[in-house]
Amino acid sequence: MPGRERKEMSDNDGLDRVKRLKRQWEEGPLKSVLSKHPESKPQFVTGSNIPVERLYTPAEIESIDYERDLGLPGEYPYTRGVQPTMYRGRLWTMRQYAGFGSAEESNERYKYLLKQGQTGLSVAFDLPTQIGYDSDHPLAEGEVGKVGVAIDSLADMEILFEGIPLDRVSTSMTINAPAAVLLAMYAVVAEKQNVPVAKLSGTIQNDILKEYAARGTYIFPPKPSMRLITDIFAYCSKNLPDWNTISISGYHIREAGATAVQEVAFTLANGIAYVDAAIKAGLDVDRFAPRLSFFFNAHADLLEEVAKFRAARRLWARIMKERFGAKDPKSLMLRFHTQTAGSMLTAQQPDNNIVRVTLQALAAVLGGTQSLHTNSRDEALALPSENSVRIALRTQQIIGYESGATNTIDPLAGSYYIESLTSRIEKDASEYISKIDALGGSPTAIEKGFIQQEIQDSAYRWQKEVEKGDRIVVGVNKFQVQEPPPSGLLKVDPAVGERQKKKVAAVRAGRDEARVRAALDGLGRAAAGTDNLMPYILEAVRGYATLGEICDTLRKVFGEYKSTVSL
Amino acid sequence: MTERRIRVLIAKPGLDGHDRGAKVIARSLRDAGMEVIYTGLRQTPEQIAETALQEDVDVVGLSILSGAHMTVFPRVIELLKQRGLGDVLVVAGGVIPDDDIPALKDLGVAAVFTPGASTRDIAGFIQANAKRGC
Repeated sequence: MPGRERKEMSDNDGLDRVKRLKRQWEEGPLKSVLSKHPESKPQFVTGSNIPVERLYTPAEIESIDYERDLGLPGEYPYTRGVQPTMYRGRLWTMRQYAGFGSAEESNERYKYLLKQGQTGLSVAFDLPTQIGYDSDHPLAEGEVGKVGVAIDSLADMEILFEGIPLDRVSTSMTINAPAAVLLAMYAVVAEKQNVPVAKLSGTIQNDILKEYAARGTYIFPPKPSMRLITDIFAYCSKNLPDWNTISISGYHIREAGATAVQEVAFTLANGIAYVDAAIKAGLDVDRFAPRLSFFFNAHADLLEEVAKFRAARRLWARIMKERFGAKDPKSLMLRFHTQTAGSMLTAQQPDNNIVRVTLQALAAVLGGTQSLHTNSRDEALALPSENSVRIALRTQQIIGYESGATNTIDPLAGSYYIESLTSRIEKDASEYISKIDALGGSPTAIEKGFIQQEIQDSAYRWQKEVEKGDRIVVGVNKFQVQEPPPSGLLKVDPAVGERQKKKVAAVRAGRDEARVRAALDGLGRAAAGTDNLMPYILEAVRGYATLGEICDTLRKVFGEYKSTVSL
Repeated sequence: MTERRIRVLIAKPGLDGHDRGAKVIARSLRDAGMEVIYTGLRQTPEQIAETALQEDVDVVGLSILSGAHMTVFPRVIELLKQRGLGDVLVVAGGVIPDDDIPALKDLGVAAVFTPGASTRDIAGFIQANAKRGC
């Protein structure tokens, strides 16, 4: 290959010149400036404590090979994005996570958001729903409708999507341990709207591993939980071909305190565990992997976050190709949803959060996200008010339609800093994944408390840095003002709990009890065996068995997860 | 005889799984020289009061972000009193609206620390207000 050798030689000549120039600059002009005006601190680091050089030049990215490491949009290794046209074809899906109180109130909020130009729905469920308790369970006391909508049975789900044609909207549901049940309810609502389930598009989060590690809404132990997940993969690959069967989530790992590198590493390690489990369950990798999706955080350090998204894409493509031998290009693509960082919102001077969210959302767009939720300014204080949600949505629309950031694909590619940081994050995350592999994979690493401990250590370091003033949080440890108490916050109607109790009692009184019993017995037997559980869950849902009854049936067979606490 | 170290129970009542704050506080208080027990997630008021009794703590710190504080906190305080632990210092933290704080203080919550509070301030408050054994 004489041509290639010649090219490298001339590149090397160019690089040598750059290095010489940089040395001269460091010894000349830079040195004299530093002697008179030293820099503000001895070392600069990213939000995740990765050291940052004063200046990046072609010399810092000399090991990057364009074709091997960057490639073209829509092509391996997808560093530059998963689609050939990216936002020139169509903007990301603007998807605000919403839901509170009753199904009626949430339905109203969804219709409002769709009218404001939102392009997809994202359902927030209350905690009893997420943990598989009906609203009249003793542990649900005080929690019903608080952080999301309360769904006890198909009856609530019918109200939640009343007047919203399910073939024309894509719906994301933040539901994990009981994901199969909520997906079944959604499918049955579609049947009742005369929409074929094959036409449904949307996502269930369905990512139990990060619940054990960081988010906390687990029900069953890992083994049966993984079975529920692979049952969903198998069922959807036949019946809901456009459904994203899982959203492997780094978001909550980051919120719990992880660094950018840890977010990528722990998320992809969980991804590896799901792929392993599905292959072990007998599924062909290219049957289910195209429907795997991801969910990341957009944190405060703008450029580090852009590099993080690019690194995650490249690393996942390599894992799927090299480790699992996936062939379908769709199996190699890391498609992801992004949410701006809730943990970076401040209760102090809450309007400043609008600016924080703008920068974080911009990072997600420059990083090539497929869909985006922007947090509202008042979310460190309460659930967002309608006004605040509108500003958050408008922030996305301004980035999409006014900023110009969407005109060309992966616009920061080729920046010496961005490329250097992308490679650094990929390398560090890859080393973490090797460490997790050596521990026996992410389920074992979680069981041993390794991942939780790593996250906690980062969270503690962050807090200490803020308190020492090494990290500035505007309005919190610098630039504080006296301010009046916030006003206009959303308050969930405390009567929702009582109303929901009455509703679920009415559902139980009005249904065919024999049918429910038969369906639940069938589900219990199937859970003890090896059948795919989805058809049994669908049957129970159709008969208006409640979420709590279905989960209790599974609890009896599977048992419940008890977490180990470490500090 | 040296003074006994302050014993603190950090508890997560309610169903939310957000324990970043609880764990950071637990570790800070330990670094400040206290003995700290952390309950883990989803503790019922009964479990919290029982642990407080068994562990003979001076302080109970309740962390909640789900919005269920007005239901759960009164229950914890009531159950502490029933077990003769009325003199245990109860402090709280999490996403708790300003509007709810006066009512919580009337109930007997000594202090409510909301987002942005410093761990030094929290440790200082506990050192100044906890009953101590000897």
